[in-house]
Amino acid sequence: MRSETLPAAPETRPRPAPSPSAARARRRGLLTKVVLYGLLVVMSVPFLYPTLWMLFSAFKPVDEIFAVPPSLLPRDWTLDGVSKIFTVTPFARQYLNSLYIAVVVTIGSIIVCSIAGYAFARIRFPFAGKLFLVLMSGMMIPGEVTIIPIFRWVADLGWMDTHLPLIIIPIFGPASIVGVFIFRQFFLSLPQELEEAGRLDGLGRLGIFLRIAFPLSGPAIAAVAIMKFLASFNMYFEPLIFLRSEELFTVGLALTRYQDSYGEPLHNTQIGATALTVVPILLVFLFAQRQFVEGLSRTGLKG
Amino acid sequence: MVADVAQVAGRVSGGAPPRRASGARRAARLDALVGLAFVSPVVIGVIVLGLVPFGFVIWYAMHEWTPLIGQFDWVGLDNFSRLAADDAVRSSFVTTFQFAALLMVLNISLAMALALLLNQRLRGITTFRTFFFSPMVVSAVAWVVVWNYLVASNGGINGFLSVLGIDGPNWLRDPSWALVTLVVIQVFKGVGMNMILFLAALQGVPAELKESARIDGASPRRIFRSITLPLIAPTILLVTMITMIGAMDVFVPIQIMTQGGPGDSTMVISYLLYRTAFEQQDFGYASAIGVLLFVVVLGLAALQWSTRNRWVHDEV
Repeated sequence: MRSETLPAAPETRPRPAPSPSAARARRRGLLTKVVLYGLLVVMSVPFLYPTLWMLFSAFKPVDEIFAVPPSLLPRDWTLDGVSKIFTVTPFARQYLNSLYIAVVVTIGSIIVCSIAGYAFARIRFPFAGKLFLVLMSGMMIPGEVTIIPIFRWVADLGWMDTHLPLIIIPIFGPASIVGVFIFRQFFLSLPQELEEAGRLDGLGRLGIFLRIAFPLSGPAIAAVAIMKFLASFNMYFEPLIFLRSEELFTVGLALTRYQDSYGEPLHNTQIGATALTVVPILLVFLFAQRQFVEGLSRTGLKG
Repeated sequence: MVADVAQVAGRVSGGAPPRRASGARRAARLDALVGLAFVSPVVIGVIVLGLVPFGFVIWYAMHEWTPLIGQFDWVGLDNFSRLAADDAVRSSFVTTFQFAALLMVLNISLAMALALLLNQRLRGITTFRTFFFSPMVVSAVAWVVVWNYLVASNGGINGFLSVLGIDGPNWLRDPSWALVTLVVIQVFKGVGMNMILFLAALQGVPAELKESARIDGASPRRIFRSITLPLIAPTILLVTMITMIGAMDVFVPIQIMTQGGPGDSTMVISYLLYRTAFEQQDFGYASAIGVLLFVVVLGLAALQWSTRNRWVHDEV
């Protein structure tokens, strides 16, 4: 599973080993290996520790979270914090909000991006080049700047404190451009003969897309789905701008509101809720690493 | 394509059956309609939700606009001259540049070091790649919430330091440490992506080239400098630009961890923009800040791109 995530390391040819000092060379090789593994283990700490600390601290009593000396594992395991996750705030509701928004955004984006990517790759239509340029230029526009007029329009439409802007903007807005590029790239590489065969069987454009091209585009669908699902599920800025009521919050916004709002400290509850939002995605990531790397590495790239 | 063939065939045979030719033309016209219909959702979306709002931001930037009291007055370039004289904006840009520069240096050198480590042939190496990449799939909020505990004055990091007999600073409340702390937290979150891009580039360097250099007696360092580095230069340029653009609009850790403080030591420009617009309701001035931010980022990206001939020999 793991070895196929990336192309295997390039083969290193066996070096012409200098035979007299072969033993010394082997010993040096062993030393190098030990050093390399040591480096790898040390370097892993800052990447793994926060996640592991989160998983275990959810089961610590509140006063143990800042204990000195710190320990990764709880000294007294407790469900105190975890049991309050769904009762102190409408966290179940907020989690469902995030889930359904992310699912709708993912499905909507796949439709919008796949048809556009297909058209740019395969169909001859007027202004294709110019419209593609429109998309290219749209990629350069920073979202934190355009949010100002969009905020104004959302307010005018009466969509403040609803989920509509959180669904519509990611599906149709500049966030979908990369998805179009991913699908276009994929359809460009799809053998033309497959479509010719469909055409000879009497399929029209729509039939060829629906019955042949789209069903074959699994890798592109996976990459776009992961990219858009994660972006939506993890979003913070847009909910911060558009949402006001607690029961409409998405998880990103909800997680930050465990602080200060209550008299008693709820550290372990906040940590437990945070873990609940992270663990499912981490598990899926372990089983679909290649698709995750593929989907995420394109978000910053053009084409 | 079939339409083309039919048309050409019709032209060659002269008196082709008119019904067939018009059928081909109808197919082409239908294709044009389908094509336009297929691209229109995203093209219209990008125009309405990207290009038009950007035009509006420039328009707003020339107004004094406070929605709460219903004020929207034309002020021309006043907001921009106000920008030029605004110490808060100037210091905010300096803070943003410091943040971005430190993040780029740390992120790119760590990404390269990790990629070189992962490029070794060792058993179980892919497990470590998974470790280094994993923060990429953790949401920015979750990552920041957890680190908020770890870097608290009585948090895990200082707990470890006190075991070693070191009295750690209050990382996020000490003006000389807050920005550095934020950079480090962001680097661990995002370095996995650049690492993967570098690793893919390293694995694309032909082994034969390195081998023949080795036979010619080149040292590993010389091989890296004269063969590997020039070949992965296009990736380095790309990664540098992406990292810079991402660093220039950092928002989540600032908003959750420091709110720009202590003092204004972490007041980056995107957070200043957010505050000006959504907390102070000064939308006209915020728009002007946004326009300036866009121009600066575009300028920096163009600057990096323009240096490519000097050190990138391959086409990107």
